[in-house]
Amino acid sequence: MNLEEYKGVYVFAQQVDNVLNSIAFELIGKGKDLADALGTQVTAVLVGSGVKNLADELAEYGADKVIVVDDPELKDYRTEPYAHALASVINKYKPEIFLVGATAIGRDLGPRVSARIHTGLTADCTQLEIGDFPITPVPGKEQKHNQLLMTRPAFGGNTIATIACPDFRPQMATVRPGVMQKRERVAGAKANVEEFNPGFTPDNKYVEILKVVKAVSDTVDIMDAKILVSGGRGVGSAENFKLLDNLAEVLGATVSCSRAVVDAGWKPKDLQVGQTGKTVRPNVYFAIGISGAIQHLAGMEESDIIIAINKDESAPIFDVADYGIVGDLNKILPALTEKLKAELAAK
Amino acid sequence: MKIVVCIKQVPDTKGGVKFNPDGTLDRAAMMTIMNPDDKAGLEAALRLKDQYGAEVTVITMGLPKAEDVLREAMAMGADKGILVTDRVLGGADTWATSQTLAGAIRNLDYDLIITGRQAIDGDTAQVGPQISEHLGIPVISYAQKIEIDGDSVIVERQYDDRYHVLKAKMPCLITALAELNEPRYMTPGGIFDACDAEITVWGRANLVDVEDSNLGLKGSPTQIAKASDKVRKGAGEKVNLDVTESVDYIVGKLKDRHVI
Repeated sequence: MNLEEYKGVYVFAQQVDNVLNSIAFELIGKGKDLADALGTQVTAVLVGSGVKNLADELAEYGADKVIVVDDPELKDYRTEPYAHALASVINKYKPEIFLVGATAIGRDLGPRVSARIHTGLTADCTQLEIGDFPITPVPGKEQKHNQLLMTRPAFGGNTIATIACPDFRPQMATVRPGVMQKRERVAGAKANVEEFNPGFTPDNKYVEILKVVKAVSDTVDIMDAKILVSGGRGVGSAENFKLLDNLAEVLGATVSCSRAVVDAGWKPKDLQVGQTGKTVRPNVYFAIGISGAIQHLAGMEESDIIIAINKDESAPIFDVADYGIVGDLNKILPALTEKLKAELAAK
Repeated sequence: MKIVVCIKQVPDTKGGVKFNPDGTLDRAAMMTIMNPDDKAGLEAALRLKDQYGAEVTVITMGLPKAEDVLREAMAMGADKGILVTDRVLGGADTWATSQTLAGAIRNLDYDLIITGRQAIDGDTAQVGPQISEHLGIPVISYAQKIEIDGDSVIVERQYDDRYHVLKAKMPCLITALAELNEPRYMTPGGIFDACDAEITVWGRANLVDVEDSNLGLKGSPTQIAKASDKVRKGAGEKVNLDVTESVDYIVGKLKDRHVI
């Protein structure tokens, strides 16, 4: 493998039902930083059926170039044709970096593609930068420059590791949604759009989609919320979430929850914050009756302001809270809601 | 039907996480368990065995002490246990691990391979899909329901806002979510039998169609540049006040920080 042949930062522009996922813009945003450091460009790889019209949106968020792989076999996500699409793009265009969102799709697609083209893949990255490997020179070992350094949490968020892929290309990473910043959208921006179809021939690896069942949900995505009022096991019951709903309504906030709440069946999984749920970084995160298991902290500790209410003063949530209140949520929440109502009405 | 289940012995990060006084992780004080997603995969295999009749083989790669999770699996009802262990396999990333397991599985007859979605120590969710790629079979990740239909498997595959009902011809690899089921307990008779059961131990020489350059630390494309126990952001203020004071405190902070 001649590493020098591999140029450019490529990102997988995930779309479902011909709507681009926010992760596509986040990856372009981060990809631009990396491309600037390397003196190269960002290419978005758009895969689907009838998706070419989405290329402009990718350009408006900063993509310099868009490669469109459009084929009826790619209508709904399936591992094999999508893996074939990406592996073919990589073999033809030879990118030095390829980023994929660590979504339920990307975490299936990434490993299959990296195994097919024989390169490394670092999962669930929360930080990406260009640097040297080894980071500090080691006698007798070549220090390579302009490497992608991929940082990720492991051990349920207890440790953090920085990984490099010095001898294989592309350097591949899946990136946690909600962590990287998208760029300001520039209306009317255009990218160089190129169509590429490697041909899709169904074989034993193509699975058949018998049915697509969409969850019905009219709630705001908790990853987009500015203020989250999040409840844990300490809330006590599904009915008692009313207290959180009331507070959220006054603040224009969204209600989310911990894993224990989903396991108890009080709230649906798409409201779950944490390692096996979503990563959130709102301006304000209220942790109500949440003890703060390490897996939960991994999903919310980047929030700007964390306010915790818990009756157990030794709860680990207080270790990350900016403002911790030891007390009974059943008494504090209704009083807080009333007080805020009065304060906001007076403005 | 023959089912191979890949399992991993992992440190228990849930609840059992212990810290040293300086805030670093105290690994020595942590218990090891069968990885939860893998246990759900094993339970799924055992249910297929109960329903349709199947031979369930569990396989793990690790240190010799990983034999413990194979015995646990056999006490739950697995028929055979294979331990893949060899010094040359150490330090493997997901590429080298999947090469190793695929090399071991090539010795076996199988209709279905089940792995957990991800292990709680690495959280990568890569090894299952990568094994399927090396073996040239379809993969269905994030399975929340599994049924057999003749020579095919029908699986509900979870996504963020939906699920797909997928049909794949066997042989096929499925990765299981811990939410898939409630794993059964070991039975007393099972524990008794599992203690005496013979565990097959394989080393490098038993791996089929795998090159040395794809194994262990040397065969791993990814390399660790830096690792540290995570430094958490320090605790802020903590107050213990009566209800009215608590409310005034929160409202005051929201004003200070220009939230309201």
